[in-house]
Amino acid sequence: MSGFASIVRRFPALAGFAMLWAALALCVVGAPAAAQDSLPPAPYAYRQLDDPELEAQAKALMATLRCLKCQSQSIDDSDAPMAGDMRHQVRTRLLAGDTPEEVRAWLVERYGDYVSYKPEVKSTTWPLFVMPLLIVLLALVILRGRLKARKA
Amino acid sequence: MIAEIGLAALWLAAALAGLQLVAGALAVKRDNGALASLVRPAAIVQGLLCALSFGLLILLFVRTDLSVALVASNSHSEKPLIFKFSGAWGNHEGSMLLWITVMAVAGALIALVERRLPERTMLATLAAQAFVGIGFYAYILLASNPFERLNPAPAQGAGLNPQLQDIGLAYHPTTFYVGYVGLSVAFSFVVGALVTRQVTPDFARAMRPWALGAWMFLTLGITAGSYWAAYILGWGGWWFWDPVENGGLMPWLAATALLHSVSVLAARDALRTWTVMLGVLAFSMSMLGTFLVRSGILTSVHAFAVDPTRGSFILALLAIYIGGALALFVTRSSTVAEGERFTAISRESALAINNVALCAILAVVLFGTLYPLLTEALGFQVSVGPPYFNPVSAIFFLPMLLVLTVGPLLRWRRDSLTRIRTPILIVATTILVALAVAIFATDAGVLPVLGMAMAAAVAVASFMPLWGRSLRRVPLAVWGMAISHFGIAVGLFGMAADSAFEQERLVAAEVGDVIQDGPWTVRVVGVAPVAGSNWTGLEATLEAQYKGGGVSVVSPQKRSFWTPAQETSTSAMVTRWNGQLYTVLGGETDDGRWQLRLSWKPFVTWIWYGGILIAFGGLLALIGRVRSDLRRRAAREKGGARRAEVMA
Repeated sequence: MSGFASIVRRFPALAGFAMLWAALALCVVGAPAAAQDSLPPAPYAYRQLDDPELEAQAKALMATLRCLKCQSQSIDDSDAPMAGDMRHQVRTRLLAGDTPEEVRAWLVERYGDYVSYKPEVKSTTWPLFVMPLLIVLLALVILRGRLKARKA
Repeated sequence: MIAEIGLAALWLAAALAGLQLVAGALAVKRDNGALASLVRPAAIVQGLLCALSFGLLILLFVRTDLSVALVASNSHSEKPLIFKFSGAWGNHEGSMLLWITVMAVAGALIALVERRLPERTMLATLAAQAFVGIGFYAYILLASNPFERLNPAPAQGAGLNPQLQDIGLAYHPTTFYVGYVGLSVAFSFVVGALVTRQVTPDFARAMRPWALGAWMFLTLGITAGSYWAAYILGWGGWWFWDPVENGGLMPWLAATALLHSVSVLAARDALRTWTVMLGVLAFSMSMLGTFLVRSGILTSVHAFAVDPTRGSFILALLAIYIGGALALFVTRSSTVAEGERFTAISRESALAINNVALCAILAVVLFGTLYPLLTEALGFQVSVGPPYFNPVSAIFFLPMLLVLTVGPLLRWRRDSLTRIRTPILIVATTILVALAVAIFATDAGVLPVLGMAMAAAVAVASFMPLWGRSLRRVPLAVWGMAISHFGIAVGLFGMAADSAFEQERLVAAEVGDVIQDGPWTVRVVGVAPVAGSNWTGLEATLEAQYKGGGVSVVSPQKRSFWTPAQETSTSAMVTRWNGQLYTVLGGETDDGRWQLRLSWKPFVTWIWYGGILIAFGGLLALIGRVRSDLRRRAAREKGGARRAEVMA
């Protein structure tokens, strides 16, 4: 259904929004993210790290990073060229000794919160966490009300 | 000429919907027999006209009549016939025509067969059905006419998006629309019952087949969509929590809740207001799903229309129907007498917990889907994805599964847990053993471990309601329930196992290389050019061996379509009973090697088997219910005839 996202990249007309992001990425990061479809992908885009433990870390991290050119896909889940470039960035930084959270922070600094799927409580996201709590409370209140009504 | 006849049929159908609404409403209000006699025929003829109109659109596509704008922009004379056929609804206008056709045919069906309800409720139901229909007719005729002509006609069409050129398109949208429309019928019944204040078990029995059928089709639609996404869209992910997917999931959640509460209403005359509310909710969610997909608010291929007038039109429809239904609900629900009462430990109570949990998950999905749209409107962007949806929905889903294990064993009205302590012990033991195995024998994460343990418990528990009964005497509906619940266990296990145990290899391989991926040994035999009727491409030939067993040949491709020009990778799979090996061919590297992605996904296929089992259970229940309803009706008629004889 949604992996349709991968089409968006091939369909620029449909993806004005995604293009905007790509353009933005181009300005900010310059060369690495500017890789066009015609250029060969960066080395670690489609290559795994030799250290299985480091690769597992990379995979877990990539699953929570958003492919900016796609619709609702992580860079781990997408074969868009830009996702490939981002995977390359993630793997080389981990190889250079960064921790996964440092890599995430680095990407967030460049692309904004939008790039990270990891749910963090922030001034912009707190409603997402309050809402489920409210549901639980509401359910409890209703339940209590019903039980009381029954006793009465 | 064909296009004009199609359009005329559609206008006539719309006019009949107007007649059906006015005559129905007046007949309910004034008790006018002459007007009332118009309503059922209007519904039937409306259904026929819509079917004719849709049939003609298909004919235009099959003939590739390029003087019709829709055909010219979505079809191509060289496209394979099956995709010309399915291309008729693989676009905005055609899919809306499909929607209204399914709806009109459903209306005709109720008009023909439904005889249980009081005539006034029936008239109100059909009037409500027409009211919903009119909005869609207006939308199609005024904002998305599928029969518009193009002058001059182009020499060739633009073709269909290659990724939609797939057999999946023939059934994925159709199953969804049938599901959505089924919910609209359930909604019409609710409105009818609210108008005449007849929220009775009879109303529940009349509505149940529609809720059940809609739910079954939504289940199939989601399953098919998930499978389709996994095998055609590149990388094998089966669920992305994408807004479009959520747009399909939300009506399903609401329909699941509705289907359980309608059973309570039918059997026990309890949960009246709640059932009515769920009927309104389920329809609202299917409208919302349509809005998300159709309005172009999401940048996605599902949003074929990038046209703000259409978006605002659907939003207006959404506001009218949901707002109207909620208003009616609020004003009338207080006059619906409270249903039968029940105690905390009872089947009703278990089903009520199931309903609350489903609604909570629905609220989480709804909020998580709309929140990024909201923040975008406010000027900042937030990503809500799997790391949010998975754990938060699990908070409600896992307890719900616990209730599911023993709920069906409870008696109506009043029961005690000590009476069913043996099954509870069995379930608890299963959970503990499965937890222990999952924790100590694997290195899976928290959610997959919990998922596997609950899957084991639900699998064991699902057949407990059949325990100690003569299997031949068990009603079909109970079999259906058992199989659906078992399907949930199967699907859940597939999801958990795939998340926990997937093994992926990315390699740049030369011809002749041998690659190891988990239990698989894959040999690269060659890469050669291939061509189809409207594409050219490259195909890799791989020989895959599972643990030294027989060799299967897989051929992933990279295709370049020329109508329209687009590149896609077509993955290839080896499917075993215990999972799938997924292969994708990537580009060529500088030194002339081929990038290959191999992924062993243990038990991933169980997700879709589970979905099919769930839907199959729904089908059994549907057959069982309809059969017993027919029997009851026959018995009642016989009784009526005998009474007449006695009276005479």
